[in-house]
Amino acid sequence: MTLPEAAGFFLAFLARLITGAQGHWFGCPPKAEQRIYFANHQSHFDWVLIWAALPGDLRAVTRPIAARDYWTSSPLKHWITREIFNAVYVNRQRTEDQDPLEPLVEALGHGDSLVIFPEGTRGNKGDPQPFKSGLYHLAEQFPSVQLIPAWIDNVQRVMPKGEVVPVPILCSVTFGAPLQLQPGEDKRAFLERAREAVMALRSVR
Amino acid sequence: MGALRHLTISQQVGLLFLGLFGALAIVTIVQVSRSLRDLPPEQQQMHERFMRDLRAVWWGAVLFWVSWALGAVVATLLFGVVSFVAFREFITLTQTRRADHRGLLLAFFFVLPFQFILAGSQHLDLFTVFIPVYVFFAIPVLSALGNDPMRFLERTAKIQWGIMVCIYGMSHAPALLLLDLPRYEEHGAFLVFYLVVVVATAQIVQEIASRRLRRRPVARAISRSFSWRAWLIGAAGAAFVGALLYWATPFKPIPALVMGLIAGGSGTMGEFVMKALKRDAGVRSWGGKLSVTGAVGLLDRVAPLCFSAPVFFHAVRWYFGV
Repeated sequence: MTLPEAAGFFLAFLARLITGAQGHWFGCPPKAEQRIYFANHQSHFDWVLIWAALPGDLRAVTRPIAARDYWTSSPLKHWITREIFNAVYVNRQRTEDQDPLEPLVEALGHGDSLVIFPEGTRGNKGDPQPFKSGLYHLAEQFPSVQLIPAWIDNVQRVMPKGEVVPVPILCSVTFGAPLQLQPGEDKRAFLERAREAVMALRSVR
Repeated sequence: MGALRHLTISQQVGLLFLGLFGALAIVTIVQVSRSLRDLPPEQQQMHERFMRDLRAVWWGAVLFWVSWALGAVVATLLFGVVSFVAFREFITLTQTRRADHRGLLLAFFFVLPFQFILAGSQHLDLFTVFIPVYVFFAIPVLSALGNDPMRFLERTAKIQWGIMVCIYGMSHAPALLLLDLPRYEEHGAFLVFYLVVVVATAQIVQEIASRRLRRRPVARAISRSFSWRAWLIGAAGAAFVGALLYWATPFKPIPALVMGLIAGGSGTMGEFVMKALKRDAGVRSWGGKLSVTGAVGLLDRVAPLCFSAPVFFHAVRWYFGV
């Protein structure tokens, strides 16, 4: 076992110890198909939680998105995101000649699965904010990739904004049924439908 | 049965395991063979509940075996882990706010390990007062520093209560393990065993009794099966089994009977209280089924032990004057 593998194993164990990281596969089974998981975003812990809730063999092919300026700023941060999570780096500042979605398109082209938080930023509790359009463009370009909505419950209690140490509280991730972009569907309508699909999972028990 | 006292410790333990696991195996086989037949739905439900209780008893028995086989340090650690998982579930079920974050960190990462270290190192004086006195003051101070007056008393009271039950109560089980009693050195594991068996007996007997008797429940809104008579029968069953086990304990038969009554009675009361708590938190399913955030239902299984361990512990200390 290599060091990054061991570190990943330890991180997943830690996440399970602290949050339980229960994955409820409500609308689809955990299968090794190419997928885009999209979820509500409340805490820095969200990604680790989804990652730990996935079965071991899916973790290796499922990649997070990381902001390049922040997650490459120190050697440790860079090592964690590159070696353990195999993150896809994106630039937050939009430049004239580059499409911010380009790294994501490239990763999907390789056959990797992605986890994205379409709100773009961490919200407070309550309903998720309106989704950014990235999800729509990816769905348009990769019609064969499954779009899986996911609801992360309780995580804002584990690590509220501004705190560093997580408190042990049980969390769960509920995965819903795959979503499809309808032919000719309007961008705004699709994003609203995706947002509702995520929120609908809140009441699934 | 007094002759058994003359056997060496390991022989006695061997006998205990033979009896315990043998009895459990017989009950399990009978129950499993019953489940092969077609039962009416009502009985089916009761049967499932009984199987769940039985599984809890198996867990208790295995826990005891591990704690005896691997020594007191491992046993203390094991109870510490169980306490951690139970407290995590408790906090998940209660409403805390952001301002409680620091207090919860203190509870999880300092109070819990420290309490079990105190139990393991036999600092019984500090062990007894650490949580009721010092932590009682520290937690609300931290919560108040969080600068949020919203439902302040309610929040701190809930955290306090959770610490008392899940950490303080649970830590008395390993403390029993290490209790030094006159002419009873190295026998602590038997006391824990006695406690676990007696409490489990009380639960099972009460369950069966309430099914047979169909008395009017005392508090229908909380539990539809809890009645005074069933509770008494459960406690009496615990007392009877406790008296049968007297040779494994430092007690004479009559005190063993009384101790069984105390431990069993308080254990089933603890279960009843935990039911009220879960009702309050809006959890309808009991045990096994997934709830709010996938809380797996360990809390209701260890609740009887958490409630009866301190009562039993101090009864033993008072009886022997140590």
